[in-house]
Amino acid sequence: MIVIDTANHIAALAAKMARPKVAAAYPITPQTTIVERLAQYVEQADVDMEYIRVESEHSAMTACIGAAATGVRTFTATASHGLLLMHEMLHWAGLARLPIVMVNVNRAIGPGWNIWSDLNDAMSQRDTGWIQFYASSNQEVFDGVIQAYKIAEHHDVLLPAMVSYDGFILSHTSMPVDVPDQKEIDAFLPEFKPGWRIDVENPITHGNIVPPEPYMEIRYSMQRAMEKAKRVIEEVGKEYGERFGRYYGLVEEYRCDDADYVIVTMAALAAEAHFAVDRLRERGEKVGLVNLRTFRPFPYEKLNYDHMIVIDRDISPGLGGVLAHEMKALPGEVYGFVAGLGGVDVTYKDIERIYALAREGKQGWYPTEVK
Amino acid sequence: MAIKDLPMEEYLLEGHAACPGCPITIALRTALKALGKKTVLVIPACCSAVIEALYPKTAFNVPVLNIAFEAAAAGASGVAAALKMLHETDVVPVVWAGDGGTYDIGLQALSGALERRTDFIYVCYNNQMYSNTGIQRSGATPYGAWTTTTWGGKKEHQKDLSEIVMAHHIPYAATATIAYPQDLFNKMKKAREMKGPRFVEIFAPCPPGWRFDMSKTVELAKLAVETGVWVLYEAVNEHIEFNGTSKSIIEGKKERRPVEEWLTLQGRFRHLTPDDITEIKRELDARWEHYRQLYHSQQKGE
Amino acid sequence: MKTAISLPTKGAMGKTGTWRVFRPTIDLEKCIKCWRCWIFCPDAAIARNEYPVIDYDYCKGCGICANECPVNAIEMGREEK
Repeated sequence: MIVIDTANHIAALAAKMARPKVAAAYPITPQTTIVERLAQYVEQADVDMEYIRVESEHSAMTACIGAAATGVRTFTATASHGLLLMHEMLHWAGLARLPIVMVNVNRAIGPGWNIWSDLNDAMSQRDTGWIQFYASSNQEVFDGVIQAYKIAEHHDVLLPAMVSYDGFILSHTSMPVDVPDQKEIDAFLPEFKPGWRIDVENPITHGNIVPPEPYMEIRYSMQRAMEKAKRVIEEVGKEYGERFGRYYGLVEEYRCDDADYVIVTMAALAAEAHFAVDRLRERGEKVGLVNLRTFRPFPYEKLNYDHMIVIDRDISPGLGGVLAHEMKALPGEVYGFVAGLGGVDVTYKDIERIYALAREGKQGWYPTEVK
Repeated sequence: MAIKDLPMEEYLLEGHAACPGCPITIALRTALKALGKKTVLVIPACCSAVIEALYPKTAFNVPVLNIAFEAAAAGASGVAAALKMLHETDVVPVVWAGDGGTYDIGLQALSGALERRTDFIYVCYNNQMYSNTGIQRSGATPYGAWTTTTWGGKKEHQKDLSEIVMAHHIPYAATATIAYPQDLFNKMKKAREMKGPRFVEIFAPCPPGWRFDMSKTVELAKLAVETGVWVLYEAVNEHIEFNGTSKSIIEGKKERRPVEEWLTLQGRFRHLTPDDITEIKRELDARWEHYRQLYHSQQKGE
Repeated sequence: MKTAISLPTKGAMGKTGTWRVFRPTIDLEKCIKCWRCWIFCPDAAIARNEYPVIDYDYCKGCGICANECPVNAIEMGREEK
């Protein structure tokens, strides 16, 4: 069935169809229409879910942790400062190996207050042990949330997962989305089987003091799970394609086969880059696009290109664009550009210009340093 | 009810990590006897989190979800929601937190959970400071007390958490202390049998924190009530009843013992000046005037 | 999958009886079986048998039992070791 709606409403719909038993969320622009829709589902549409209208984002993640530890599927959504506020509990969820799924609507961080999109909020979470996906269309938001549950809950993984997408550009923009039947979703996403749970018949204590050596083993276990997640993401993406007709995986490679240069980027910029690649190709440029759908685990294996033009809609002050720097260790040449911070518009024309700059051997902040 | 009538079942195992003479474990033993097996403890950073001992062993024989310092009531909210969805309605989430994680850093989560009518019990054991991190002042530390962040004695009186909690209009709020185990047991039992947000605060004298001999923990808890420093009450659907010695004091049948008896037994008050003691008495008198007014307005209400 | 899960174990911190400096002994002839010592023991180290029995493997020697006994049936003596 084709549904035409905003990414926020689509995210709420996907969450509903995944059948979490508990959701806990706190409103923040530009995520608000998600929590509003969740409340409507629970109050007006008879959706069988406990929706905890928590008093802060930190409590939202903590409530999800409490619920997931008790053995149920959970959901939350946030953005920007809300994500930052729950940062401590993101780490907690990762170390506790609770497969919570969260939607994050990318929004720049203040001060000053900025409600438009950049990816610093989610980028700042890259060490938390969360699997991180970025969506570049409302369809990818829907498909991403459904797959996130399957990937997170896989017993080789058991890590929390987030799906991020650009505030306003996607969150408040309507696009057509092909939504499968509930029965098909149920067949794809079986009932949640926790890796561990609170159980009065078998009492355990979770999270008491852990001495150094076993702590390091816990961390190692997380790293191994992330490595296995790469395989699971590809498997789930393939199964999704077989069932629903849209194939996913760690990355999307667009017109890369004979490309001399590839543009590497994420989220809405990747959608823009599709147009840029087509227009450049029309002019005879041998260029392709790698859309990094998955940021954690980082898909190094998919970036074996000689010349990679990286566009970061984020900045790690003192380092540079995060994506570019995560890729510097690769054998190929990396041309790093920082663009679109605070919601500065980056169109396909800008991306064509960035391509030209990279061909001249330039890189840097666009258009602040190079234009 | 006599002490011998309290249940035999122990949910706290021997060989835990508490200091000798620790009031928390005295409270926990009695509380768990009332709460029973179908209890999920949600424990933020506090002494209890350490008392559990080290991975891979725990001294607690009920499920325990340790959680971040400021987040206990939010964690319990999640547990309660999940239990409801799993139809495990006879299992109760119980926060077991110190005054740090309740009065201060955890106050927001507590308030939210109470206001949302979360189906859980919140127990705060109050040793009037951040004990676990080494005796720093908290919002529950009384005026004049030495702590490692108030070397010359705290300059402010403690806040009244009972008033804050009762302002949420919850079905059950009570205070207790370890010196009266039957009273504590009965209150925990009553809370256990109710639904909705329930709150119990247990006064817990701490030997290393307050600087007194570890054999006197229970004696000091009793003295706190007899001097009026701690009041025992129970509010069922906002109807307040004072209990035990506090009741006798309120009804005028007993006098409060002089607060000097309370102060001289504790090293944390060793440096008090006569002016400090005057101020302590002033606050105590004002508080009891307030309790008296509360008592009389409840009486009139009948 | 490794996460911080611990199992209920008696003696989780080892034999905490080794912490003792003073050691309680109960004079059973004086004992009136009021069970105050039992309920007030922070370490659950007093068993309710026919008479109270102290588990010296875990008693930390805090002296609360001696302090609270209404008939002074418990004495704290120096731990011999």
